[in-house]
Amino acid sequence: MSDKTTIIVFSSDLDKVLAAFNIATGSAAMNMEVSMFFTFWGLNVVRKEKSSKKSTNWMKRMLGLLNRGGADRLKLSKFHMLGVGSGMMKKLMKGSKMPSVKELITLAKELGVKFIACNTTMGIMGISKEDLIPEVDKIAGVATYLAEAKESKVNLFI
Amino acid sequence: MNKDFSLDCYGLLCPMPIIKLAQKIKGLKVGQVLEIISTDEGMKEDAPAWCRTTGNEFLGIEENDGQYRVYIRKLK
Repeated sequence: MSDKTTIIVFSSDLDKVLAAFNIATGSAAMNMEVSMFFTFWGLNVVRKEKSSKKSTNWMKRMLGLLNRGGADRLKLSKFHMLGVGSGMMKKLMKGSKMPSVKELITLAKELGVKFIACNTTMGIMGISKEDLIPEVDKIAGVATYLAEAKESKVNLFI
Repeated sequence: MNKDFSLDCYGLLCPMPIIKLAQKIKGLKVGQVLEIISTDEGMKEDAPAWCRTTGNEFLGIEENDGQYRVYIRKLK
């Protein structure tokens, strides 16, 4: 392992997240070291479906209601159509034997992809460590990302 | 073409054939040949690209009615 890929997953759009995992797992298959940084909306990908406790701040509580976490909850950036479009896309993907985001998370971990959650987003949105799936390797900030990105040949913001 | 192992990637789309191939080839000994059966046309480009990057030998590809047989020799 010498070459590195770093990917910032900023979006929680199903289509963009799929692209991110496609590149991450592909990089790992090319014997590259891969880190995925989940930040802002992208943090939803590595959040559990249920949060551990309600925040005392009403804005964070409201955000928690509107911005639900969980890899199965992601929506298409286009043609979501109250869930009909996203559901159909998932069906089409299954028909093409493509893995779901949940399966991609498992596959990425099997291939040794590192998951890093952004601590700032967690702080702002009131998301605790217990709210994240166990696949997350560490919680870190911009310096960790930059240190890894500096050594990476492939570096993407999705 | 002669082969030591065969990998069925029938119906799988990118990146799955490349991932399966990378996982499978780990179990081979250096010098052994892996055959990958795929229906993904992208493999025509992706298989040689994977070999270039990982330092394995791309032996060739046989195309027959939308089915591709890729041959790779493990070099390391």
